[in-house]
Amino acid sequence: MSAERRTAAELAAALAAGETTSVEITQAHLDRIAEVDGAVHAFLHVDAEGALRDAAASDRRRADDSPLGVLDGVPIAVKDVLATRGLPTTCGSRILEGWVPPYDATVVARLRAAGLPILGKTNMDEFAMGSSTEHSAFGPTHNPWDLTRIPGGSGGGSAAAVAAYETPLAVGTDTGGSIRQPGAVTGTVGVKPTYGGVSRYGLVALANSLDQAGPVTRTVLDAALLHEVVGGHDPLDSTSIEQALPSLVDAARQGADGDLAGVRIGVVKELGGEGYQAGVLARFEESVELMTKAGAEVVEVSCPSFVHALATYYLILPAEASSNLARFDAMRYGLRVTPQPADGSAPSAEDVMRVTREAGFGDEVKRRIILGTYALSSGYYDAYYGQAQKVRTLVVRDFGAAFERADVLVSPTAPTTAFRIGEKVDDPLAMYLNDLATIPANLSGVPGISVPSGLADEDGLPVGVQILAPALADDRVYRVGAALESLLAQQWGGRLLDQAPELTGAGA
Amino acid sequence: MACMPETPEHSISREEVAHLADLARIDLSDAELDHLAPQLSVILESIASIQEAAGADVPPTSHALPLTNVYRDDVVRPGLTAEEALSGAPEVERQRFKVPRILGDEQ
Repeated sequence: MSAERRTAAELAAALAAGETTSVEITQAHLDRIAEVDGAVHAFLHVDAEGALRDAAASDRRRADDSPLGVLDGVPIAVKDVLATRGLPTTCGSRILEGWVPPYDATVVARLRAAGLPILGKTNMDEFAMGSSTEHSAFGPTHNPWDLTRIPGGSGGGSAAAVAAYETPLAVGTDTGGSIRQPGAVTGTVGVKPTYGGVSRYGLVALANSLDQAGPVTRTVLDAALLHEVVGGHDPLDSTSIEQALPSLVDAARQGADGDLAGVRIGVVKELGGEGYQAGVLARFEESVELMTKAGAEVVEVSCPSFVHALATYYLILPAEASSNLARFDAMRYGLRVTPQPADGSAPSAEDVMRVTREAGFGDEVKRRIILGTYALSSGYYDAYYGQAQKVRTLVVRDFGAAFERADVLVSPTAPTTAFRIGEKVDDPLAMYLNDLATIPANLSGVPGISVPSGLADEDGLPVGVQILAPALADDRVYRVGAALESLLAQQWGGRLLDQAPELTGAGA
Repeated sequence: MACMPETPEHSISREEVAHLADLARIDLSDAELDHLAPQLSVILESIASIQEAAGADVPPTSHALPLTNVYRDDVVRPGLTAEEALSGAPEVERQRFKVPRILGDEQ
């Protein structure tokens, strides 16, 4: 099998056995990027030179029998919202075009310390605001299953890169579903860890209380391997959890036997039914049935406040985002546009700021900054932001009650399959509905995974199942996720992604 | 906000959007104002439901997990050099960020 078709676990095993080199693997992926990324546009920046240099260094370590870890030499792509020393970091925005950070995000530093060559930076909705990657200032990413459709968002670049075999691994970030929803619509795996489980240092903040970086991969085991590399306590992030991660790789390996005896699975009543595409629900029900046959005890749970989660999120997120994005002030880094007042006077810092932010931010960013400024303004604060924080408490309580009855909760990851590029780009409300099922986890901080669950009958496009666990019990999403993945693979005789159309030569 | 006129519930006027853009330090064109005001009204309408969703007795949650203050020992550790810190600056002079005048005419 060619290098780019193999999973990260398989590549790691081949490297350990001396059957291949990191340079060979990295070059194969760079070739694949050159071949298909013209059509997919998953990458904003490719660092061939740096990746090959790091791959050569990895090969020398392997030759000395001193690899830095299991994944030493396995290449990876990083969402462009994480600071990478010496590599451009734009967040999909004109306001940061050409910015090269002088430091690494902790996630990136850990990737380097574990010897993973970084292939490049992946495309995203501007400042991670969106569910389709169409809000990138540098053009949309295309879904490898159908190039006329969206790859989800905001991390559509990471998901599409993995789905198109341009990289075995990628890092994403999930504020309201930006890892899981792209996973669902591209037939790949995405994990949002427990809030605080992966450091946010060097992650350009969208909404601090919701943002969480995590793995974007083709298999559950690969996600666990990557999660163990990037996760764990970081003193540079004061919200980082000060305790060891549970053993995630072990959980994924345990789950792979497909046995779910004794596992209590809760189907969330409020995350399904109206507003969900028929093919999405059909694949979800099949997955639940498979898990039942594998020994799981399935119960229905009700989380009544989840119907308010979307509204709550669209108050809390813009409020935090409008504050965070105040740092883009044209003074210390990023774009500066200097207006020329008609009277010939020198423009003030404030004039420069206004014009720069007008020119540097896209429509969705402006919408959310204005909305957040409104929600935080006196007279409206209690009615909107204050109220949203209270409803957030209700969402947390609903999870607490549900997890008393079930070990994990399940739902469809996204209400629909991938829609066509352009279809919802100027209809914010329609766009926001994509995150209906993923948002509650961010509001309460619990971990979640999206696992491919088949193709919708009506359009033949991928569908995902979401598995949620209590905070700090990330191992459960890996165990149950790996079990479902195995059960479905037995049924399909392979992975869902094997059914994706060939992209060969598409970028030529 | 004193300068915000009373508007029908859950809708937002063009003037309010202009005022908010001013607070957020973003120039918006007339076309953008025309486009944004109705869009924001639709969004506000759709999120208004939360006003009845939680009673006064429900405490607010600001963070997903309970947080306490986090301290570290006050020791010197390596940071960015001045050159690194200034590496992305639009304008630099004598190892400092150079910014436009910060006072307006009325100040």
